[in-house]
Amino acid sequence: MRGREDEWTGLMRSAMAGDDAAYHRLLKAVTPVLRAAARRGLARAGQPPDQAEDIVQEILLAVHLKRHTWDSEAPFAPWLFAIGRNKLIDALRRRGKRVFVNIDDFAETLPGEAPQETASAGEVAAQLGTLPQRQRDVLQSIAVEAASIKDTAAKFSMSEGAVRVALHRGLAALTAKLRDH
Amino acid sequence: MDTDQLIRSLAADNARRAPRVGAVLTMALLVAAPLSILIFATFLGVRADVMSAMRNPFFDMKFAVTLSLAIPAIIVSLHLSRPEALLRGWGWLLLLPVGLLAVAIGSEAMLAPAMPMTMRLMGKNSRTCLMAIPAMSLPLLAGALFGLRHGAPSNPALAGALAGLVSAGLAATLYASHCTDDSPLFVATWYTLATAVVTAIGAAVGSRVLRY
Repeated sequence: MRGREDEWTGLMRSAMAGDDAAYHRLLKAVTPVLRAAARRGLARAGQPPDQAEDIVQEILLAVHLKRHTWDSEAPFAPWLFAIGRNKLIDALRRRGKRVFVNIDDFAETLPGEAPQETASAGEVAAQLGTLPQRQRDVLQSIAVEAASIKDTAAKFSMSEGAVRVALHRGLAALTAKLRDH
Repeated sequence: MDTDQLIRSLAADNARRAPRVGAVLTMALLVAAPLSILIFATFLGVRADVMSAMRNPFFDMKFAVTLSLAIPAIIVSLHLSRPEALLRGWGWLLLLPVGLLAVAIGSEAMLAPAMPMTMRLMGKNSRTCLMAIPAMSLPLLAGALFGLRHGAPSNPALAGALAGLVSAGLAATLYASHCTDDSPLFVATWYTLATAVVTAIGAAVGSRVLRY
């Protein structure tokens, strides 16, 4: 556990220093842990586990948009799990559940838990459809078609700067819609 | 969109750097302050006898009290803008103005004051105080809430209450230079009531707008 969390902290430090690959690796590494914790939290609240992926995606978006609140001197895991807990509580409240989130849902992950395959979630996909055309196009291109920023810019005859702005605005708008819907 | 695809889009956005919450909060308060100062200059103004008042330690004490509310409230609100932060270990900072007031009330009582206690407590400006501090707080409260929206507080109502304390502390600092009631008993009563109103507004608004 300890080693894993130190590794996360190191990856996040690199990510904050501009290493996009480290950031990608970090998000991939934390996702199965978040997924398992979300499933446990849902099970505890008597909810079907199929909503876990929506919660995971909301956590990832919040991690991304609030990463400037992480103190690079502090370990990454407590920060991450605090966001996870917050998003799990929000999700359960939205479903009108009395919330008893166990602190340990996020803090403890049972070792040996098989990392699951990536899964689709309904809510991000649904909200994606409500974004302005340009943001949706850029997000689709980068996320789904795995195009680079450069290729996306060429495809839509936009500048790379404009692609970056549309991407960031799209992610921020998605997060706001998920929070408020 | 599956989660791997979402992660790909997040990694592509990694170059985007957001400023720290402290920087955004500072900017927002600096933008809001002129509005509060405008309210102060239009309706209140510095009291006429300010030069002689400055020789009265109880006049100076008012600023010590209001700033000992505003500055720790800023520090604690920035601490709480981190998702994993707890109030524990930091809450005592908010008791500084309370301690200062207690000391001031004690010293005034020992100095054989000229006026009876009820007159010092009621003062002449209680109504103005109750209106002016919340009115001057509102622009600052909006600024503080805007700044803290940039953070990720785990308890939005608490963070909103802190925004209320920040703005009330700053507004009360302005108001203290207008008010001719210098007794710590007056401050402990009316400034506290006005601050409580602003803090309640901050908590109510914060619980909605500070969710991340």
